[in-house]
Amino acid sequence: MISIKNLSYGVDDEQGKKDILQDIDLEIPDDCFAVITGPNGGGKSTLAKILAGVLTPQKGSIVFDGQDITGMSITDRARAGISYAFQQPVRFKGIEVIDLLRLASGDKALSIGEACEYLSEVGLCARDYIKREVDASLSGGELKRIEIASVLARKSKLAIFDEPEAGIDLWSFNNLIEVFRHIKQSTHGSIIIISHQERILEIADTIIVIENGRIIKQGRKDDILPDILGTASAVGECSVKTQKRAKA
Amino acid sequence: MDNIEKRILEEVLDMHDKMPEGAMNIRLNGEAAERHSTANIDITSRPDGSGININIKPHTKKQTCCIPVVISKTGYKESVINEFFVGEDCDVVIVAGCGIHNCGDQESQHDGLHKFTIGKGSRVKYIERHYGEAADGKTGSRIMSPKTEIYLDEDSVMEMESTQIKGIDSTKRETRAVVGKNAKLILKERLLTNGEQFAESRMDAELVGEGSSADLISRSVATEDSRISFISNIEGKAPCHGHTECDAIIAGNAKVLAVPALDAVDPDAELIHEAAIGKVAGEQLIKLETLGLPREEAEQAILEGFLK
Ligand SMILES: Nc1ncnc2c1ncn2[C@@H]1O[C@H](COP(=O)(O)OP(=O)(O)OP(=O)(O)O)[C@@H](O)[C@H]1O
Ligand SMILES: [Mg+2]
Repeated sequence: MISIKNLSYGVDDEQGKKDILQDIDLEIPDDCFAVITGPNGGGKSTLAKILAGVLTPQKGSIVFDGQDITGMSITDRARAGISYAFQQPVRFKGIEVIDLLRLASGDKALSIGEACEYLSEVGLCARDYIKREVDASLSGGELKRIEIASVLARKSKLAIFDEPEAGIDLWSFNNLIEVFRHIKQSTHGSIIIISHQERILEIADTIIVIENGRIIKQGRKDDILPDILGTASAVGECSVKTQKRAKA
Repeated sequence: MDNIEKRILEEVLDMHDKMPEGAMNIRLNGEAAERHSTANIDITSRPDGSGININIKPHTKKQTCCIPVVISKTGYKESVINEFFVGEDCDVVIVAGCGIHNCGDQESQHDGLHKFTIGKGSRVKYIERHYGEAADGKTGSRIMSPKTEIYLDEDSVMEMESTQIKGIDSTKRETRAVVGKNAKLILKERLLTNGEQFAESRMDAELVGEGSSADLISRSVATEDSRISFISNIEGKAPCHGHTECDAIIAGNAKVLAVPALDAVDPDAELIHEAAIGKVAGEQLIKLETLGLPREEAEQAILEGFLK
């Protein structure tokens, strides 16, 4: 379980102090599949980075499995069981996919066979990718899938995915939904997915809507989903809004 | 050869317990410790005693020639010339390199010139590794200044990989090539320096034949108080393609200088250079930390990958 109390985060920019997240209170129990959604720039990725320890909040506390992790380093949080798939995955010159999966699993001797299973789960033909470098030669969608595989390999209690569907083609998207269903069944921890996709919202237990740095709605999927569909927060595969924009 | 010398040899040849097959010349403290030629690859001493000549018969395919150098005496300095004559239509792998184990407090130094004349249509893969170490508690420095000269005849290909990852205090490396019609030169270099080490690498490619190409790639990591200079120069004297790339990571107080020069003498020469120098990217460290690695291990993994 992870609980966030009274959390605020801001940065200093040219115009002075800018609030990015304010008074965030949130509790995600074990066995829960939470989806965070909301307009661009709302503060979703910022919250994910704060949970992973990449950013430090000015105010508030985070308790994970009974332990206050507010002041913990990224490494210690990872070891405590938090993993995080970046919205924009990082590229590395020279580090191969197998190396990354070995680092992620914490098993230097992770066999090619085991590593391939993670890649197959995210829909990559393992043989073609295992020795590829995680560098600029990978396409955006390939990199995104490898990022997801690196989080799967960690088998952690809390997994955070920041827009995992971005850049993934429609055909693979169905499989991705299956991957999340599967994680949901097999882990007894919690999963937080940041997403704009209706179909990901549909498999959520809980939906949280963040707008302008605040949680504006939060509750069971059945209560929240009808409310937000058709608004700018969620864009379905063939929503009218997208079509209008395409014509304009 | 004693155990230290054997271990140094293994570092240079990157071999694991088994000696590579094929033609071989091991130079140990200035003497030939072992030499054998094969039916197609003939190794002989140069008449003036300056080194060896290696003659590779035309049409020699899938053969290997290893000529490592090991120095285990402190204060030993040498300068060697080895010359390779590769006939037409060959496909061979040549492994060279030098390992110095300095057991005392005096400078040990190896300077070598390797000349390659590569015949029409031949392919040569040339691997060169440099390694140095001091015996426990000893201060003797290890110095190497390898020079390489390459002449590529029509349609030939030379791919050279040089690696210097550990323990050389000072190095001045010079590689020059003249590239003929439709011939191709690929130079890849990996350098790691630490402490007060200094490494300078110059690469010069003269593209004289129509359709010739050169790709000069340097990847280096400079840590602590070390310095690296990389100076590359491509002269396009015919319609040709040239590319030079220097990618360097710096840590601590280290300094890297990259000077890529292009000279399009022929109006149809197409030449490109890229150079990037910087610290390990913060986001790369963060990604590996989110996988549970402490910062130092994350940096290590990034640098190891980069130099692989
Ligand atoms: N270092 C910074 N300096 C100034 N503004 C910042 C900084 N970091 C984030 N922001 C701003 O904070 C806001 C929230 O950013 P965040 O990336 O968390 O949004 P998001 O909800 O993930 O959006 P998206 O749906 O587009 O991914 C944005 O307006 C962003 O421009
Ligand atoms: Mg975001």
